[in-house]
Amino acid sequence: MRNLLRWETALVFLLVVVALTGQVSTKGSFLDGGNLFYLGLDIGEIALIALPLTLVIVAGEIDLSVASVLGLSSALIGWLWNAGWSLETILPTVIVVGAVCGAFNGLLVTRLGLPSLAVTIGTLALYRGLALVVLGDTAVADFPASYTSFGTTPLPGTDIPYPIVLAAILAILFGIALHASSFGRSVYAIGANEEGARFSGIRVKRIKLTLFVLAGAVAAIAGIVYTFRFSSARADNGVGLELAVVAAVLLGGVSIFGGKGTLFGVLAGVLLLGGLRNLLILQDTSTEVLTIVTGLLLLVSVLAPSITRTLRKATT
Amino acid sequence: MTTQLDTAVAPPAQRTTARRLSTRVGRVRELGILVALALVVIPTAIANPRFIQPQSLRDLLLNASIVALLAVGQTLVVITRNVDLSVGSVLGLAAFLTAQQFADHPGTPLLAGIGFGMLIGLACGLLNGLLVALGNVPSLVVTLGTLYVFRGIDYALAQGRQVNAANLPDALLNLGSSRVLGIPVLVLVTTAIVAVAAVYLRSYRSGRELYAIGSNPEAATLAGIPKARRTLTTFVLSGLIAGLAGALWVARYGTVDAAAGTGLELQVVAAVVVGGVAIFGGSGTVAGAALGALLLGTITSCLVVLQIPAFWQQAIAGALLLSAITVDRLLALRLAKALRRSEGTSHA
Repeated sequence: MRNLLRWETALVFLLVVVALTGQVSTKGSFLDGGNLFYLGLDIGEIALIALPLTLVIVAGEIDLSVASVLGLSSALIGWLWNAGWSLETILPTVIVVGAVCGAFNGLLVTRLGLPSLAVTIGTLALYRGLALVVLGDTAVADFPASYTSFGTTPLPGTDIPYPIVLAAILAILFGIALHASSFGRSVYAIGANEEGARFSGIRVKRIKLTLFVLAGAVAAIAGIVYTFRFSSARADNGVGLELAVVAAVLLGGVSIFGGKGTLFGVLAGVLLLGGLRNLLILQDTSTEVLTIVTGLLLLVSVLAPSITRTLRKATT
Repeated sequence: MTTQLDTAVAPPAQRTTARRLSTRVGRVRELGILVALALVVIPTAIANPRFIQPQSLRDLLLNASIVALLAVGQTLVVITRNVDLSVGSVLGLAAFLTAQQFADHPGTPLLAGIGFGMLIGLACGLLNGLLVALGNVPSLVVTLGTLYVFRGIDYALAQGRQVNAANLPDALLNLGSSRVLGIPVLVLVTTAIVAVAAVYLRSYRSGRELYAIGSNPEAATLAGIPKARRTLTTFVLSGLIAGLAGALWVARYGTVDAAAGTGLELQVVAAVVVGGVAIFGGSGTVAGAALGALLLGTITSCLVVLQIPAFWQQAIAGALLLSAITVDRLLALRLAKALRRSEGTSHA
């Protein structure tokens, strides 16, 4: 009974419900290759950022600046491209800048002991502001097709978009790091009881710093994906995306208080969020309703743990 | 902070040193904002003397007054160790519905229309408060969710329409531009609400209890403070004030669509934190928060006067927020150290 009431089980069940509803209401075109390709593209950046953010939240912290790092990385790509740099040098550069942004968050949190919520609300404004300073309200769109086609064509012979391939590779790496390494066990320990973790010899500050750096670097990678997918570098790319990512992570069963959650659940959460959005778009639902649904999902996903807790208590 | 010190057992002389330091730390914030204001205003005024003419000073106050108003509600929430990120969306929803009410029913009395906006804010705040207090879930996530939901409802109701000044009653638009003794009415309204909230937080039992909840939630519960009820009240008040701010937004700008107040929550949180309200609850004043809003607004105006691209504005707001929390943290660390020394033990 306990296992049946696991949140992941509920998520998989909900995914099946969404898929079946989609199949019936679209007369079978929901699960065909073309639609799945677009679904995959739509959730690419969310899936990417959700991976490191899961680790950050499991460790009991939060990073709200990820979407701004995405925007800064996009703006930098446009600015450096205009300045005549080659994409081979631009891309590593922006990933490093993303990592530096993450390190700045991490240092403020670990060295000064500031709450990550306040720090990352501040850097949310700061990094987005820097993106605006770099590129203003202009857009850079003249990227070579050899790069932008990664965002518009699937892997040859399949319907899998390239961003999903990237997310899958990173998901395996992050999955190993979180669930099959001592590093991952430390992350859970920190989230469950930071004092306890410190007294048992875990290098709490260093691990937290690493997590913030990873979040920054992966957010910059998501910025690259976003830029090439729309073949447009803009300072306001991905505004508000942090909400969707946090919603997906919490929907995946990660506790906002830290110490609980699995990467599998988060991936299911991302798919569920993307699937629902896709289903609503196919029904010609307006973007306003999509906004409301994302918000409601976030609310449901934080209320659900306390409801399942009550349910569990009732059954045991 | 002083209440904490009263319970500390320490020899009188050392106790006063520690207390003096803690009062100084408390004052440093409001003084610091005033110094920062001077640092911003004086160079700008030298570069462009028109900046300190009465008319531009009035505009300065007028521009800051809506953020300052929201900062009052936010302060009540943050003091209890919560946060209300939905204020921008509540303002937007209340602004649009109030404007529509005035436009569709031209006979609506001024106060009834504003009351309508406040009622919408109250309903939104009640929802936030119930979810936080009864659902026992963190306010950050709840209000992040309702930020989406309220804004979505706003867009869905507006359906791309906007209400123009031509459709609004003159009485309302006059409210946004009229002055009493040379001071804009909106500024007076904000000042009055800051004063009421300041007295409430300072001298009323339930106001003091908000600080107790924020300082130590468990201890507050053990002391018999109705935590859930107080938390609910702060969210309702924050919503109510955001609703009023929405109605005043209509009066001030005249043209309203569903996007009114988008992203305003960031400025409000920045103003509150810059104003010295600790993000982990338990300390801060509404006057400080209002001054914080004034400082942020002044910086924006100075950028315009000094012809610095407006793109810098957001980066500066972010940097200011970060330096404010950093300075707070460093001061708190120094204070803790001083208290430890004066008590001669390490249990502080």
